[in-house]
This record gives sequence, C-alpha cells and structure tokens, in this order.
Amino acid sequence: MPLFWLLVILLAMAAGGYVLGRARAIRSAGGDSRKLHSLPVYYGSNVALKVFVPAFLVILLWLLIQPVYVASVVSGMLPDGAIPDNSSRGLVMAEVRRAADGLDNAVAAGLMTENQARNARADFQDVTQRLRDAGQIVTSDVTQPVLRSAQRLRVMESTGSMIMAGVAILLALGGLAWGLRDSQLDFRARNVVERGVMVLLIAAASIAIFTTIGIVFSLVFNTYEFFTLYRWQDFFFGTNWAPSFSGRGGSSDLGVVPLLWGTFYISIVALSVAVPVGLFSAIYLSEYATSRLRSVAKPLLEILAGIPTIVYGLFALLTVGPLLMRVFGDEGLGWMQAGTAVMTAGLVMGIMLIPFVSSLSDDIINAVPQAMRDGSYGLGATKSETIRQVVLPAALPGIVGAILLAASRAIGETMIVVLGAGAAARLDLNPFEAMTTVTAKIVSQLTGDADFASPEALVAFALGMTLFVLTLGLNVFALYIVRKYREQYD
Amino acid sequence: MSDASLQSPSAAPARKGSLHRQDERTRKRNAAEARFRGYGIAAIAVGVFFLVVLAFSIIRSGVPAFTHTVLDVEITLTQQQFDEAEAQLFKTKAYAGYFNATLTAELERRGISVPFDEAAIERLAGKVGGTLREFYRANPDQLGQPVTFELPASSRVDGYFNGRVSRDTLQESRFLMLADLDLVDALSEAGIIHGTFNWNFITGADSGVDNPGGAGIGASVVGSFFMMLVVLFLSLPIGVAASIYLEEFAPQNRFTDLIEVNISNLAAVPSIVFGILGLAVFIQFAHLPQSAPLVGGLVLTLMTLPTIIISTRASLKAVPPSIRDAALGVGASKMQAVFHHVLPLAMPGILTGTIIGLAQALGETAPLLLIGMVGFVARGYPDGFIAGFTEPNSAMPAQIYTWAARADASFYDKAWGGIIILLIFLLTMNIIAIILRRRFERRW
Amino acid sequence: MYDAPQTQREVDLTQTKIAARNVQVYYGDTHAIKDVDVNIEDKTVTAFIGPSGCGKSTFLRCLNRMNDTIDVCRVEGDILIDGEDIYDKRVDPVQLRAKVGMVFQKPNPFPKSIYDNVAYGPRIHGLAKNKADLDDIVERALRRGAIWDEVKDRLQSPGTGLSGGQQQRLCIARAVATEPEVLLMDEPWSALDPIATAQVEELIDELRQNYSVVIVTHSMQQAARVSQKTAFFHLGNLVEFGETGQIFTNPEDPRTESYITGRIG
Repeated sequence: MPLFWLLVILLAMAAGGYVLGRARAIRSAGGDSRKLHSLPVYYGSNVALKVFVPAFLVILLWLLIQPVYVASVVSGMLPDGAIPDNSSRGLVMAEVRRAADGLDNAVAAGLMTENQARNARADFQDVTQRLRDAGQIVTSDVTQPVLRSAQRLRVMESTGSMIMAGVAILLALGGLAWGLRDSQLDFRARNVVERGVMVLLIAAASIAIFTTIGIVFSLVFNTYEFFTLYRWQDFFFGTNWAPSFSGRGGSSDLGVVPLLWGTFYISIVALSVAVPVGLFSAIYLSEYATSRLRSVAKPLLEILAGIPTIVYGLFALLTVGPLLMRVFGDEGLGWMQAGTAVMTAGLVMGIMLIPFVSSLSDDIINAVPQAMRDGSYGLGATKSETIRQVVLPAALPGIVGAILLAASRAIGETMIVVLGAGAAARLDLNPFEAMTTVTAKIVSQLTGDADFASPEALVAFALGMTLFVLTLGLNVFALYIVRKYREQYD
Repeated sequence: MSDASLQSPSAAPARKGSLHRQDERTRKRNAAEARFRGYGIAAIAVGVFFLVVLAFSIIRSGVPAFTHTVLDVEITLTQQQFDEAEAQLFKTKAYAGYFNATLTAELERRGISVPFDEAAIERLAGKVGGTLREFYRANPDQLGQPVTFELPASSRVDGYFNGRVSRDTLQESRFLMLADLDLVDALSEAGIIHGTFNWNFITGADSGVDNPGGAGIGASVVGSFFMMLVVLFLSLPIGVAASIYLEEFAPQNRFTDLIEVNISNLAAVPSIVFGILGLAVFIQFAHLPQSAPLVGGLVLTLMTLPTIIISTRASLKAVPPSIRDAALGVGASKMQAVFHHVLPLAMPGILTGTIIGLAQALGETAPLLLIGMVGFVARGYPDGFIAGFTEPNSAMPAQIYTWAARADASFYDKAWGGIIILLIFLLTMNIIAIILRRRFERRW
Repeated sequence: MYDAPQTQREVDLTQTKIAARNVQVYYGDTHAIKDVDVNIEDKTVTAFIGPSGCGKSTFLRCLNRMNDTIDVCRVEGDILIDGEDIYDKRVDPVQLRAKVGMVFQKPNPFPKSIYDNVAYGPRIHGLAKNKADLDDIVERALRRGAIWDEVKDRLQSPGTGLSGGQQQRLCIARAVATEPEVLLMDEPWSALDPIATAQVEELIDELRQNYSVVIVTHSMQQAARVSQKTAFFHLGNLVEFGETGQIFTNPEDPRTESYITGRIG
C-alpha cells in the first residue's frame, strides 16, 4: 500500500528532523542548553511539526480532490453515444470504475501485464477476454469506450498518486530546511510549537463539524440524485413500498409512508413498554428503595443498556418471536402469522430502552429539590401523593424530554427491527403483523444487489435523510426541554 | 391583617380523633400508597425478569456452540489394505468399508448389534472414507499402527444431543433418517459417539452456508481486533485533543458553540446514519476497500468520538483549577500546565471513558452492515499486520448477524455462541474500566 | 436536665399540647439530641433558640416525625401530643402531620398555581365536601396567611412567581389550610428581607390565637418579639426553658447568659 509507505517515510523524516533540530539548537548554544530560549525538546518538535504537518495536509487534500477531478475528466471523455438510453452517465461511470478495478485485479493476479492494462491501443477483444478469464467481468456490458475510460482512469490515478508522493516529500524536505534554519539560540521554539499544537487541537475539535458536514453532504447529494430519478411527491406521499428486484429501476414503488408507519408503530409499542417500567423503576429506586437495593438493582438494570443491539435482535428473532407465536400464533389465539412482527420488535426494543428511560428519569427526579418533598410531607401527604402530585408534575418537562430522547433512540434503532420486525412494508393496525421500518429498509436497499446508481439503492439515502432529520429534530427539541428544566432548579 | 382571624370564628381547630386510631380515609390512602409502591417493585421486577430471561436464553442457546459431537474410532489399517484400496476405482468407498468393518467389530465386541449401512454413516459423520484416505496418504508411516480418528458428527446429530432435534420433530430427509437415531443411541451407549469441547468454534473461521458444524468465530474476532485498534488509535488522541481544546482553551464564541452543538447532536445520531456516511465517503468516494476493518474502524471512530469527548471533558473538568493555578504560578505556560499536570491527573478517567466507548463500538452492528461486512464470508485469517486492516474480513457482531440471517437453524447455535464470546469481551472491558475507576478514583 | 422548675409550676397540665420526655435523637452514631424534656402549651408561641447545629431544628422535626424521611435518624424517648405518644407503632405519620403542620426555612411553594398550592392539603386529607367548600377553605387559609389581598386576583398563576415574602406567607397559608393544631416553623424568615420578616412575625402573633406555634430561630431579638416561651438549646442539650421575658432578662444557666450576651454562638 503505497500511501502507507508514504506516511511511514514522512514519519521517519519527522523523527529525523526532531533529532537534527534538537542537536542543532544545542550546538548553537555551545552545548549549554540553559542558554536556549526554550527547552531542547521544543526545537526538535518544531522541526518535526514543520516536516510532517504540511505534507500530511497536502496528502489529505489531494486524496479528497483527486477522485473528483479524475472522475470529471474521465466522465467528460465518455461520448454521449456510449450511454445507453435506459441508463445515465452515473451508471456508466460505475461500470467504468468496475472495469478499472477488474484491470487492477487482473494485473495483480498476473493475468495481464501492467502495459497491457494501460495501453489504449491494446486489442479490445484480447483485454476483455483476459478480464473475463480473471473472473473480473460480471456483467457483459463492458464496451469499448468504457474500457478505454477505465484504462484512462487507472493511468490518471496512478500518475496522480505519484505526483502526490513527490509533492509531499518535497514539502517535507522544505519543512525540514525551514525548521533547521530556525533552530537557533534565540528562536522562541516553545511559542511556535505551542501555537502549532493549538492548531492541531482546534483541528481535532473541528472533526465533529466535518463529520456532520460529511453526513449531511453524503445524504443530500445522494438524496438529490434519487429525486432526479424518482418524483419526490411519490416518495413522501406514496403509500406503497415495492422496490423491483431487477435493480434497474422502472417499476418500483418507493413510498415512504408505510415505512414511517412501521417505524412509529414499533416505537410506540417500545415506548409503552419502556416508559412505564423505566419510570416506575426510577421512582422506586430514587424515592423508596434502601441504598442496598439501589446499589444492586440500578447496575442490574443498567446491564440492559450495555448489551449490544445485535444481541437484542437475536433475542427478538429466536426467543421472543417463537414465545409470542406460542401464545398468539396458530396454536394459540391465532392472531399471529410469523414470529417477526411489530409486537416482537417493539417488546424487545422496549426492554432495551428501559435503562435509558430509568436512568434519565432518575437524574431528573433527583433534581427536584428536597424542599419540595418536605413541604408536601409537612402537610401530611403520603409518599405516593407527594410523588404523584408534587415530584412528577415538577419533573414533568424533564421526563417528557427523556421520553423524546428514548423515542429518537427507538426510531433510529436498526438491528432489532432488521431481525425482529419482518420485511414486509404494510399499513396496518394489527400489532401481530410483520411490518418494516425506515432503518430496516436502509439496510436491505444498500446490502442487496441493486446497482449503486439505481433508484432502488439511492432511495436508502432519502430514507437516511428522513431518519436523520427526524431524530435530529427530536433530539434538539428534547435537549432544549431538558435544559430549560435544569435551569429551573439550578 | 387582623381580618383573617376575625373572619374565621370556626378557625379554632376542633379536636380530631385519636392519633392512635387510623381513620377510614388514612387507611384508604395507605392502601393507595401500598399499591403505588407495588407498581415500583413490579417495574423493577419486570426489568430484572427481562434481564434474567435474556441471560438464560443466551446461555441455554449459546452453550451448545462450544461443544460438538464426535465419533471416536480406533482403526488399524495395514499396508496391504491401503494398497488394495488405492488400486480400486472408488477409492474412498473402500476406505469407508474399512471404517464400517471396524465399527461393526467394535460394536459387536461390546455386545451391541444395530444394523447400519454406509449411507447412514455418511449422514452421521460425513464422508468418512475421504478423511481416512487423506490421512493415510499424508502419513503412510502410520499404516499398521492403531490410529484414533475423531470425526465430527453432522450438525443434526449435534442437534439431537443438545435437544434441538428430537425423535418427534425430526423430519426424515437425506440429512438424517429416523433409523439413524437408533444407531446414534447405540454408538452413544458404546461411548463411540460423545460430546467434546469445540475448539474450532473459538479459533476457526466462518464456513460456507452448508457447513454449520465447521463455523468458527476466530477470524471475526481478529477482524474486530483490528477495527478496535483503528478506533483506539484514532479516537483516543483526537478525542483527547478536542476535549483539551474545548475544556481548556476554547474562547466563548460562535465557533466553539458550533462545535459543542455538533458534538452533542452527533452523540444522538442513529448508528445506521454513520454507516451511510461510511458507505458514501469512505467506499463510494475515497474507494477504500469494502468490508475492510480499516473502514469499519474509521466509521466506528466517528461514532465513538462524541462519547469519548464527553467523558474526557468530564474528567478534565474534575481536575480542580488550583492545580492549573499552581502550575501557572511556577511559570509554566498554559499548554505546559495542561499537558504536564491536568492531563496526567485526568488520565484514569479518560481511559475509563475510552474503554467504555470501545466496548460500545465493539458491539455495534448496523454501520458494519452498510460497509459490506455482512456479505463477506470470512474464511480465513488475514495474511499479516497491514493486511489485517485492508483485507476484507468480518467482525464479531457482523458475523453473528450473518449466522442469524442464514436459513439453516443450526447456525443459530453459532450465533448465540458468538454472542457469548462478544459479551465476554464486553464484560472484560467493563470490568477493566470499573477497576481503573476504583483504583485511581480521586476525591478532591 | 430540667432547668426551669418555676415554669413547671405555671403550666396548667390541661393546657399542655406537646409533652416531650427524655428525648434522644441519634444520626447514625452521632448523639444529636440529649435528654430533652419540654412542655409546649396550647395557644402559645414557643421559641427554640441556640447557636447553629445545637439541635433545635432536629428537635422541631421530631415533633411531626419529619425525621422519619431521613434513614439514619433514630428517636428515643416519648413525645406526647394531647397525651398520645406520637412514636407509637399505631400512629400514622401522615395523620400526625395533618395535625402538626410545618413551615420550612426556605419558602417551598409547589410548582402549581397559588390556589392548588393551598388546596393541596385539604384535598389529600379530604377536608372539602365540594368545590365551593374548597374555595372557602382556600380563601380562609389565604386570609389567615395574610396574603389574600395580594393574590385574590391571580389565584391561578403559579406560586413560584411570587416574591420571597409572599411565597413564605403562601406556605404558611398552605400549612394552616389543613387545620392543624400545632404549627412548627423552622426559621421561616431566614430567606426573607426585613420587611417580609416583619410581616411574618406579625402573622405568627395572629396565629397564636388558634394554634400552638413552635418556632426555631437563632435571632434572640426575634424570639423576644414573638414568643411567650423560649427554650435554649446548646450542643444537643436543652439548657433552659421558661418564660421568654425571664430567659432574656434573668437567665439561670451561665451558658444561656453567654449566648444572650453574645459570647457563644
């Protein structure tokens, strides 16, 4: 992996720079490090930073820009005639990329020399035959322009990487020279290094922003792409979800309404398990329980929060589903057709959310001042009267916030619904019916065989966008309520 | 002000009943109180009950994955028999014949007679002849000496022993006939067929869809390990750096607010959205290899960062300002005060938070589905350290999901078994975190 | 430990509302109240004074068993109200507290409307037959709390929106709305400004006509102004108990004198 080695080289240069800079600074002070402005460490670090950071930044930028540039050049190279009627430039580009990967693999497998893979005048039949032999052509539609573009893509990418390595190493050398020149007696190395470190700290803190930007962009671009292929009205208001399996668009119905319904239905079932159980546990633990019971029961409940969701998913699929079937299935009440259903997923998700609701409510109930309770006890109220009529109303905004946070968890939960809720999108009121959710469909649309540029795959991004906006809205609102509530008693 | 008392001639409270007798209303209120308490106890009981059911079903369904059923048969094959077999057209069939003869003799010696044929043996233990032939061709020096073969029984026989398959529920098929169970019982009585610890499950790699018996979780443990390495080495330094900036240096301005808002929102973004991010940015855009632990690690890093930042900031905040003042007072720069004094003091808390964040990341599944860790069948271990990051592999939770999604119910045992392994890892990590916290907890 | 023999003579036993005998209070291992004997009379204001941490509030909270809410607290000895032991097993603290109301240091109105704050007690104890009755009780209580005129137009606005002094009078009104026989007040003016304090002091004097009022304060002037009887606590002991005038002008115990003259406290 050349990038890996490039980084290793840069790090080695930085280490060398450190040693040289430190030595040079000490030499400039005649071997007496006390005469230096800063500790010798800082002179070394100064050089190391100057070697590594600019070069590293350039590599990062290069890696971001090069694929976009190369793709646009290659895409421009494709003649309009190379794009079939029922396809788009994006689809053909995906083909090009696959062909390029195929060439890479064929070269790696020794079925083709690098020259053959690059040579644009190489015989088309010969190259495709070799690719086919290497098992690298899955579809049959590698056409001449596609192959040529793929070759071009490979050439541009490899030259790009070469240039990048060259530029990075030159920059590192420049940094080395700059740093070493500065390594003198009076140079304020500490200040410079500290400023550098500060920039790194800020950069680290900004990653949160970049992550958000990354999420928003990857969702927005692909969602936009999706809406160019599929009418947004049909997506938002369509009541039928039936993607075609050909993966080539056409007759798919991609209405989000049944998925949203499934999501909400399952969340409601989950909350109607988690909220009473969680809330009453929190009340009991914070108002009634002895400290012994509290120290046992609280961690026990919190174990439920530490269990990965895949475990709950399996629990839903293999334990709860069959159990419910025994009661509500054909042998019992006959309401249930299969183990995977709204009830199964909702129940298990409710179990998962119990500790979430209870620990948040616990915090909130504890934030109600003791004076409030004393006032009520002083009037001769019993504990439960105090809790129901004084503590809970006082804590209500906070508890509502906690429930909204739990709801946002429920909406975004994936594994439990993928394994426990079923795959059929349905608008139905029967909780023993299988339904599916936004998250489950994101998984199934993106892990299937559908082409990445087809509406069947792109719809996942629109679903992701819907999910992101929904949960974000709920969270912002919930956090706002909780913060308001905290301020009230601070 | 005196109007109050003047207006209320009846204000002088009438003597109420004795305190020593509860009145009707108090009794009712106390009953309501008891009911309310009852709800609380019931809620906790329900929570604990769910936990117990979960633990019980994990252990009950998961333990069978750690044992498998084997046939122990001691065979002595002479050079002559070997040559004869090799001379035949159906060579493995000849070996299978030797095997059956030995088995029959063995059963007769113990006074058990049960009819069986080669097909039954094949249903029970797979292609025995092939195994024998392979062994003797590789080890000709063992000819003429007694060799004990430990042959893994088929997954249905496994199921018969751990109760998944019973005589009542068995559907006769080419995989297992009802009559075979008589043979199994006889062999079991003779001690030839018995359960043993399944090391292959812990050290092995995934098998194909048709061989549940041979599936192991080892390779995906390695995949998870490489992923956690990425997460650790990216999220710890980045998280600590971001926290130091926000807690110690950040001025009160809109940029800082923006970062804070972003961090708290990212902490609540559903994990599947991070999967979409990983798919779009790392695979679609940056063309990193699909199913690689590197990509999984990157995605999980972004997901874990908010958790680590939040807990790190809490530990930094817990270091009293007097420490900073003391360092600044002897002429240290602010940066030196932070790196020399505050950070080391906050380190136990930071490590605890990081371990808990890692544990969360280790169990996370949804994002891994999207970056292709599920479709991939991890048949072997990576070739080397770098390959460990870049070669496609599976990860523990993804492997569990893969097994759970397979049609053959025999894989369910494996999935539960995988969960036990996963939970053991999580438990260990959490215990380490608790010990760290207990050990280094400092009260200022 | 009974330092005021002459008071005992003056007390008419039928008038004694609360009698404490040999009361000990422990917080875990700490012996917080030692051997307290005291008689609290009906229709009298009794003040508990003493330096901080002397146990006066603790003792006050024993009188309506508010200490029950603290796990580590243990009370020994007898406290009788109208001759009935309040620590008897048969006593329900809920019933007791309806009889012995309490007002706290910091005003603690519930986050409800003014009306609901006052109506809370009558509602839980079932004192009103119907809505009109309840309205009546609330108005009477607010009048007795000397706050009716200020809030009669905004009974539905939240109690937390009132000023500190108003809040504390609201809390007093809330306490008297349950028709208690004894009113305990734990430094009810500690969070109030001088004007609000004066209002509350005046109010306490009014309340004396109907209730036995017990107040805790560390201000001697206040005790002198509002109370008829004063008990001086020091380090968990009841040092002296007697007529307020006498305690302040002619204390018997040297410790009381030191406190009053400002040498301890």
